[in-house]
Amino acid sequence: MASQANPRLMFAILAAVFAFLYVPISVLVALSFNDGGLPTAWTGFSVKWYGALFRNGDIMSAALNTLIVAIVSTVLATLFGTLLAIGVEIRRRKGRFLETIIFAPMIIPDIVLAIALLSFFSLLNVTMGLHTVILSHVVFNLAFVCSVVRARLKTFDWSVVEASADLGASTVTTLRRIVIPVLLPAIVAGGLLAFTLSVDEFIIAFFTAGAGRSSITLPMQIFAMIRFGVTPEINALATLIMAFSVVALALSQRLNRGGLPGQ
Amino acid sequence: MKDRSPALLMAPALAWLTAFMVVPCLLILALAFFRRGIYGGIEYTFTLENLGLVFDPLYAGIFLKSAWIAGLAALIAVVLGYAAAFAIAAAPARRQPALLFFAVLPFWSNYLVRTYAWIVLLNREGLLTGIARWFGYDGELPKLLYTEPAVVVGLVYNYLPFVILACYAPLSRLNVEIGEASRDLGASGWTTFRRVTVPMTFHGIATGFVFVFVLSIGNFVTPALLGGGQFQMIGNLVYAQFLTANDWPFGAALSMVLIAIMMGLLTLQTFASEKASGSGRHD
Repeated sequence: MASQANPRLMFAILAAVFAFLYVPISVLVALSFNDGGLPTAWTGFSVKWYGALFRNGDIMSAALNTLIVAIVSTVLATLFGTLLAIGVEIRRRKGRFLETIIFAPMIIPDIVLAIALLSFFSLLNVTMGLHTVILSHVVFNLAFVCSVVRARLKTFDWSVVEASADLGASTVTTLRRIVIPVLLPAIVAGGLLAFTLSVDEFIIAFFTAGAGRSSITLPMQIFAMIRFGVTPEINALATLIMAFSVVALALSQRLNRGGLPGQ
Repeated sequence: MKDRSPALLMAPALAWLTAFMVVPCLLILALAFFRRGIYGGIEYTFTLENLGLVFDPLYAGIFLKSAWIAGLAALIAVVLGYAAAFAIAAAPARRQPALLFFAVLPFWSNYLVRTYAWIVLLNREGLLTGIARWFGYDGELPKLLYTEPAVVVGLVYNYLPFVILACYAPLSRLNVEIGEASRDLGASGWTTFRRVTVPMTFHGIATGFVFVFVLSIGNFVTPALLGGGQFQMIGNLVYAQFLTANDWPFGAALSMVLIAIMMGLLTLQTFASEKASGSGRHD
């Protein structure tokens, strides 16, 4: 339908939209290599701000916290999410209520879950810290893992499972030797997605990490720094974080595609 | 692997979701109907005061303001996103996947970082000021950062890739022959676009609009970073009730109304797109 469109106008639209999308982040990346550190003047190429980053104790401890949260929540979410996906797909009857519960963590706005969890933990008098951030991150992470694994299961040949059972394999053996190996690319892709989401997640962590400085995650640290203005160090940190997310998600997509024949 | 095994497999995840999503969300609902304790905290007596307070002109004003900002951001994002999706769908078929990929790529990077990029551009010693100086302009630029337009631009910037994705799907499936038929019957390009293309891809537009609106009205980060301290949207107001003002029941009441607006719109949109995909089979 759009084939009749004026090519010059179409090119102008694309150029304008891509400029809008890419100029701000490109400026950020460029400035992180600016020796003088000021956005108003280019004084030469330098990686010194990246060095400064690694000497900054606050940033390093926040990065370590983020790593802990992301690893633990990813492991739990990958386990639970995969089992959930298999369980849901085995069931013949599709319950609307069940679908809603599984789908909800992906569409509930972060702020809602963040507030709900904050009041939940506070009312139970749970001391908040990294552990409460982990508990919270598993909620949305498991939903994302589940949806990635379920997509793979749509093309799964269940007769293989029946054959395995007929030949006397137990449920656990069938899972371990047949279902899990076939699903592995999707499980890894889902896990990678969960890990990235957890590393990037700010609002829920901000609300459920408690007041102590010791449980600050990297996005919380970035938020605090940004509020005090622009520094060349944040430019470097932002560039690294951005590069990480894009590479990890591209990898996740690629793995997932490899596992899906015909896509 | 039949009988009880699905339930067993699902049990850990469902238990987790119940404990850390369903129960906390129900708790918010309950909390909104209790009284605030004298020293903060909660007094367990039933009241409708909190909900009443939400409709106090002061707070209702903040709701309206948030809805205005969110509506504006959603409108701009839909116009830009639809135009971009249309242009991508008009490109040669072999280029479309790459164009779409690069349109969505920024969406994969960290939200805070994308918002921060605008601080770098807009602040007093930022890039725009630098460019103005380079052109020999020595005066002060008007204040750009910590303004309402800055918040709107930040929201549009962050959610635009999603709108492009939502609008591209129906646009790419659009049947070329219908457009040709419209032209054969004498409609101009613009009339065809307005009377055929837009109505047939409307659920993409609706999905994009609702998504941007819902995420913007409850947004907490962008107003805090690009709007400066004095700029308040509901998200920031809720945040203050829970973390600084210590009035949880009121915070819960605010959240409840916010959640009602968000969920209402999302349900409406799901309903509309189900209807659209149901009737879409005929074309």
